[in-house]
Amino acid sequence: MSSVERPDDFELRRAHLRSMSDEALHEYFWDLVDQIVAPLIEEARTHTSPAIERSVLLRMGFSSIESRQLVDQLSKQGLLGQGAGHLVLELAKTKGMTVREAGEALLTGELIP
Amino acid sequence: MKLDPNKKLDIEEVLKDLDQYRPRRKGWSWRSKIENQQIGAFVYKDTSASLENSIPLPAAEYFHNIDPQCDYVITTEISSGRFEDDLRRMRMAAWHGADHIMVIRTTGQSHIDGLIEGTPEGIGGVPITRKQIRATRKALDAIEDEVGRPINFHSYVSGVAGPEIAVLFSEEGVNGAHQDPQYNVLYRDINMHRSLVDAAESKNIMADAGILQLDGAHNANATAKEAWKVTPELFVQHAINTAYSRAAGMPADLIALSTVPPTAPPAPKLRLDLPYAIALRELFTGYKFRAQQNTRYMEADTLETTVTHVLDTLISRLTSADIQSTITPDEGRNIPWHYNNIAGVNSTRQTLMGIDGINEQLELKKDGPLQAQARELKERAVLFLEEIIEGGGYYAAVEAGQFVDSGYYPERHGDGIVRDPEGGDGANTVISRQPDYGAPVCSHFGNNIYAHAKGKPCDDYGGCTLCNDTKIQYIDELDPEDNVEMRLQIPLAERSQGLLKPEVEKHGDGVVCVTLFVPDSPGCAEQAALEMVKHMGLNNPEVISRRVMHPAEGSVFEIKGKLDIAINKDDLPPVVRVEPLAEEEIEAWVRPRDIHVVAATVGEDEHSVGLHEILDIKHGGIEKYGFHCHDLGTSVAIEHVVDMAEKLNADVVLVSTIVTHADVHKRHMRQLDELVKDRGLREQLVLVAGGTQVTDKQARECGMDAGFGHGTSGHDVASFLMRALRDRKSEQ
Repeated sequence: MSSVERPDDFELRRAHLRSMSDEALHEYFWDLVDQIVAPLIEEARTHTSPAIERSVLLRMGFSSIESRQLVDQLSKQGLLGQGAGHLVLELAKTKGMTVREAGEALLTGELIP
Repeated sequence: MKLDPNKKLDIEEVLKDLDQYRPRRKGWSWRSKIENQQIGAFVYKDTSASLENSIPLPAAEYFHNIDPQCDYVITTEISSGRFEDDLRRMRMAAWHGADHIMVIRTTGQSHIDGLIEGTPEGIGGVPITRKQIRATRKALDAIEDEVGRPINFHSYVSGVAGPEIAVLFSEEGVNGAHQDPQYNVLYRDINMHRSLVDAAESKNIMADAGILQLDGAHNANATAKEAWKVTPELFVQHAINTAYSRAAGMPADLIALSTVPPTAPPAPKLRLDLPYAIALRELFTGYKFRAQQNTRYMEADTLETTVTHVLDTLISRLTSADIQSTITPDEGRNIPWHYNNIAGVNSTRQTLMGIDGINEQLELKKDGPLQAQARELKERAVLFLEEIIEGGGYYAAVEAGQFVDSGYYPERHGDGIVRDPEGGDGANTVISRQPDYGAPVCSHFGNNIYAHAKGKPCDDYGGCTLCNDTKIQYIDELDPEDNVEMRLQIPLAERSQGLLKPEVEKHGDGVVCVTLFVPDSPGCAEQAALEMVKHMGLNNPEVISRRVMHPAEGSVFEIKGKLDIAINKDDLPPVVRVEPLAEEEIEAWVRPRDIHVVAATVGEDEHSVGLHEILDIKHGGIEKYGFHCHDLGTSVAIEHVVDMAEKLNADVVLVSTIVTHADVHKRHMRQLDELVKDRGLREQLVLVAGGTQVTDKQARECGMDAGFGHGTSGHDVASFLMRALRDRKSEQ
């Protein structure tokens, strides 16, 4: 999409703002911002990414190298939508292993989620 | 690790046992303002606690070496590419008053999909890794103990690995970070969905770790052709990141707006920049302000840049700021040199001390053009927001090139940055969370089956690294060649051999800067200047600044070159420093002996301040030890000085000689010596000369018993006189 060119028509456009008090203008400013941000934050609430999943595994005690390999592996299997940490933890619970052991077993291919 | 002010930072000690090192705290530290603080002779209005170790401003020597510290946190940006060299720069900056150390990342780290490990060398910054952070934090812990003030360590949570870097920063006690998904989108062409989804997670992690967030809006000033025209959009960028941060769980007091006064002289800077600064602070009440100095209009002239930065700092004080970020005066011409970090910090604190309490005396007008312009800027920003919504939201607005257009919004020039919402680095990597999606860790944003009402999400397995740091996996090095231990081999060997080279950035870089004026037309003068520098023995000379003084009369150049030799410390003559005698000892010896001193500023010279400093009791001069001083005043003829010394049967003659034109000061010293000898008084009299350009060596060559230059105190002179007089008396 190409960008538009437009002269400075501020005086024309501001007509509806002119009579607002400063306070009302500030309130309107933040109301508009919240409208813009709402769909963005909703997307974040309901989506994840490889970087988020790697950051979860880091927090579960895996190194950066292990986290990357695990997420790449789970991503290829189309499982990231369930959460990498979730898969590792539930596997550990099912097999009676620690989280680290489950992760290592996934990496060596001993276990498959 | 404990530092000794007289010893260099031990880098080997810093690197030792890093796998065991843990940060002593998390979160940001502010300075505490102390109202009406008495420091030396003055009551300050806008200062914080003084440091235990510091280097005061140069003029402090006239004010009993006071070193008041302002109430703003002071930033300096440090990044040579080798963090091991940067640590020394951080220590120097801390001694000069910086307590926010911002480490720039190496070029391209934004696009690395994951964490970097080890300590590879960077370009234009350092690769941010766990080892580099631990070493830096460990050194900063020791440095903050040395100066006596917490130091905030800062880097960047941006690029395609944001959430992992945020975890790393939380685990390792990084105190501040840039985080703004719009920066990724506009300047790094990282996919919008990925940037925003990642940002919510990063912000949530940062919030729990108390990491202060700086946004990225200031980059719009730095990239816009006419920076002041982008101001309506800056409000919008600040607001989107601020509202997004709040929605992701970040409290207002961890959100700092990164704001830069957009213009520089010859533009009417304050008239343009003040309304913007006021409007911003009114719209964003309750948030923090990180005021940065202007980078957009920096050229090679460091003095010009410094003046712009002084005006920037004035705007901060006239409006408000929580952090004053300094920019090195040489950033417009090279990657900053370490002593220019110090120059930037010093000009800023000099300004802030100079205008201390100004808001008690001055007030910005509440009506008139200032407020009208502020209001207009806000309205323009509101119109910008309306168009985003009308166009279908944020993604559509970026796609339509609404951001970073050079027009003064709503004017548009059609040259904005255009990004495809489905394109860019990391496109199509955002995944929908399934209904059973889970992340069993703390500081996680969004839908999560482990986010129970009770307990922590990580309770099932004994805690995540944010709760139990023993689980953190430390990787030392991955590259056997490109790492700090290898890089240090030469510097450590040279240091142990006592070899010294000049440097501006990294150990042993040998870079030297020479200033010279050449009296010819600019082109010819420049060629000649480069040749002259080669004759000085500097290799690879390069002009880094040129200013025409007159098209025919000449130009001044700053030229950098490399000095490819090292000096061995062991070959240098020993530094002899005579410690002054104790004050009580001097007074006990002098007072009963009835010693008379004849003093004068000699020649055609009306300078009297320096001599008064040395003589007067109220300035801590030699009178206080019991010397009887006879001040003959200024512009006194040498003959008259000697006449009076004879008449008063003096023991000492003290002459001050400030004017040095055509070496007149040396002539006066020789004349004094000769005249005193002619009258047969030389054995009886101790002759001392002082002045800003006088050195002890030079004075002795001219027949004096001693010379005292810049920075001399009455105590120094009194101590010398007592030793000299005692020696004579013992000889007699």
